[in-house]
Amino acid sequence: MGIFDKLKSGLAKTRDNFSSRVNGLINSSRIIDEEFYDQLEELLILADVGAKAAESIINDIKKQVRQQKLKAPEQVRTLLKDELERVLSKNAASKDMDLYPRIILVVGVNGVGKTTTIGKLAYKFKQDSKRVLLAAADTFRAAATEQLEIWSERAGVDIVKHEEGSDPAAVVFDAIQSAKAKKADIIICDTAGRLHNKKNLMEELKKINRVIEREYPEAYKEVLLVLDATTGQNAISQARVFKEAVDINGIALTKLDGTAKGGVVIAIADELSVPVKYIGVGEGIDDLQDFEPQNFVSALLDID
Amino acid sequence: MTEKLQSAFKKLTGKGKLSENDVKEAMRDVRMALLEADVNYAVVKEFVNKVTEKAIGQGVLESLTPGQQVIKIVNEQLIELMGSSQSKIKWASAPPTVIMMVGLQGSGKTTTSAKLAGYLAKQGKNPLLVACDIYRPAAVKQLQIVGQKVNIPVFSLEAADPVAISRQGLEYAKKHSNDVVILDTAGRLHIDDEMMLELENIKASVHPDEILLVVDAMTGQDAVNVAKNFNERLVIDGVVLTKLDGDTRGGAALSVKAVTGKPIKFVGMGEKLDDLEPFHPDRIASRILGMGDVLTLIEKAQAAVDEKKAMELENKLRNQQFTLEDFLDQLHEIKKMGPLSQIMDMLPGINSKKMGNVQVDDKELGRIEAIINSMTKQERLEPAIINGSRRRRIAKGSGTTIQEVNRLLKQFEETKRLMRQFTSMEKSGRRGMLKLPF
Ligand SMILES: Nc1nc2c(ncn2[C@@H]2O[C@H](COP(=O)(O)OP(=O)(O)OP(=O)(O)O)[C@@H](O)[C@H]2O)c(=O)[nH]1
Ligand SMILES: [Mg+2]
Repeated sequence: MGIFDKLKSGLAKTRDNFSSRVNGLINSSRIIDEEFYDQLEELLILADVGAKAAESIINDIKKQVRQQKLKAPEQVRTLLKDELERVLSKNAASKDMDLYPRIILVVGVNGVGKTTTIGKLAYKFKQDSKRVLLAAADTFRAAATEQLEIWSERAGVDIVKHEEGSDPAAVVFDAIQSAKAKKADIIICDTAGRLHNKKNLMEELKKINRVIEREYPEAYKEVLLVLDATTGQNAISQARVFKEAVDINGIALTKLDGTAKGGVVIAIADELSVPVKYIGVGEGIDDLQDFEPQNFVSALLDID
Repeated sequence: MTEKLQSAFKKLTGKGKLSENDVKEAMRDVRMALLEADVNYAVVKEFVNKVTEKAIGQGVLESLTPGQQVIKIVNEQLIELMGSSQSKIKWASAPPTVIMMVGLQGSGKTTTSAKLAGYLAKQGKNPLLVACDIYRPAAVKQLQIVGQKVNIPVFSLEAADPVAISRQGLEYAKKHSNDVVILDTAGRLHIDDEMMLELENIKASVHPDEILLVVDAMTGQDAVNVAKNFNERLVIDGVVLTKLDGDTRGGAALSVKAVTGKPIKFVGMGEKLDDLEPFHPDRIASRILGMGDVLTLIEKAQAAVDEKKAMELENKLRNQQFTLEDFLDQLHEIKKMGPLSQIMDMLPGINSKKMGNVQVDDKELGRIEAIINSMTKQERLEPAIINGSRRRRIAKGSGTTIQEVNRLLKQFEETKRLMRQFTSMEKSGRRGMLKLPF
């Protein structure tokens, strides 16, 4: 299997070389030519931006380079960075959105980090002296409630839970009544991981969403889609279908402490106009950060 | 209908050997398909180069266009790369066989451990699950619950480290005559040195017979880094691909196979605990290529098209003598390929929306046949003479309506026009519209 051997040696270099690739590329390129663009495109694809999206980004860049008669690769770097930042800043939630009471419905496919993100979010709001209530509406996965319960203890917030196998919408209903009684500022609802192509599971999610709209119209409602940065182009399909079902209005991008870049959110921000709000950078309770387009793009392109 | 015929005609045009240009053109689309399926950039590059080299100069099968022929080669190469179906566990010469599950956070180790235990129990084994994830909240509890669901005992220890837990788990298995031990380890990042060291220590302590890397089928470009690191530090024996019941194209499978050379042994197909299946390289190959069952279609087309008739037809086309009789012949050819709805489903990029008003179902095909059969020979050769009264007669004879007869005649004219365009394009030497592969 000669192809494997060659690949292996080729890839051995890929990762080590990846950091400061753009810098290297830009510094080593004297002129802006096709090869330069190809390398730029490779970088974007390796960051999971997607081949189609990368192609269209490069085409935009080319056009601008022509129009502005740019000659130096260095100028292209700025151009690319600006372009990506612009896309990612689109529809960004205004920072001072301080609307309470609030309810956050957290959704996503299996294993992306929903429950962990909820633990981190609970802690964050608690630090801001908000009264937080967690709703353990993942009644499906084994020990999901126990997992959230441990996070509620770590964050020092209350939790509403039912038994495994019970109706998740009923958990949310109870949480809302409890929040009203206790005058909680914010409810965060955990939900079971579900693949977006499972019709019945998406229906279940819609039902939870309807309960929120009916029982808690006075609350500011946020639907947060959790995406794993390791995920490739399927994240677009996830975002599209979850948006159709429950109208997501923000993304939490997790596991950015690994080597994955999460570039697929660029296509999502562009095509679906759903902004990234938070990023997960570890398994600790304070490993959650507000999303900053500038920092994200710098990391994506390995430039500073 | 017209689009359908168009594709049926395209396959008449491919003859001879694949030119460098044929291959390059088709490979551009292949490259895009692989990248959009999340196959790693470097893997794609290598693969495309390799297959391009291999394909140039190969003969084009009579019934295929060069584009189709290239796809056929690509598919064969992909299947070869993915390896054969090897859903076997390496059994220890002296039981218990120790299987260690490793992977990133959230990849599906715990569920897969329970599924695998259940799967092996059905084969007459007596497995023990060992809970080595002491980090994630309620991970041990989760394994206990799923273990109970598949009726497999779970070994766990409070206040012990994963190395000690796995060692004592192994002892426990020996005492309780469990012949398989499955270690469910905590998810970890491949660059987390300390956590990777923990796995190395477990390995050194219990000498697993199988180390299985659990990979989420939705993984993107980073799959190569993950697989490479885990393999370098642990020397894995195989891969389990999870969440394939989603709609991902699953290019990670190819990336992982390419960097580790290790077989994909099982795939996870759902949340239920018996949703574990052996791996099928051919299925994943066409899934990655994203062409539905286009390959099946190619095979069917190959089998169905009568070469001599095809040649005749091509001549007629060139001389623009295509008649309703030929139209009927073509319908029969298409019919041989199977139910139309099924054929339509097999075509990538063709959706019913795009087909617009040209609804093709088998019933309609039958009616079209009846209409043409009700025509006189002369009418078939010279449809222009079919006036109002002839239309009425034909409709009556075929048990259809005048509207249907009109529609057919219109479709026929449209087909003819399209084919004229098509043939003139061929003549001008440009293989326009030959986007992958129809
Ligand atoms: N390294 C890292 N790991 C994370 C991050 N966020 C979550 N995880 C881990 O990912 C794994 C899955 O996280 P969960 O929070 O259980 O994911 P989930 O989406 O709730 O999973 P299900 O409910 O089973 O669908 C756990 O091991 C978490 O510790 C992150 O930002 N970085
Ligand atoms: Mg969860």
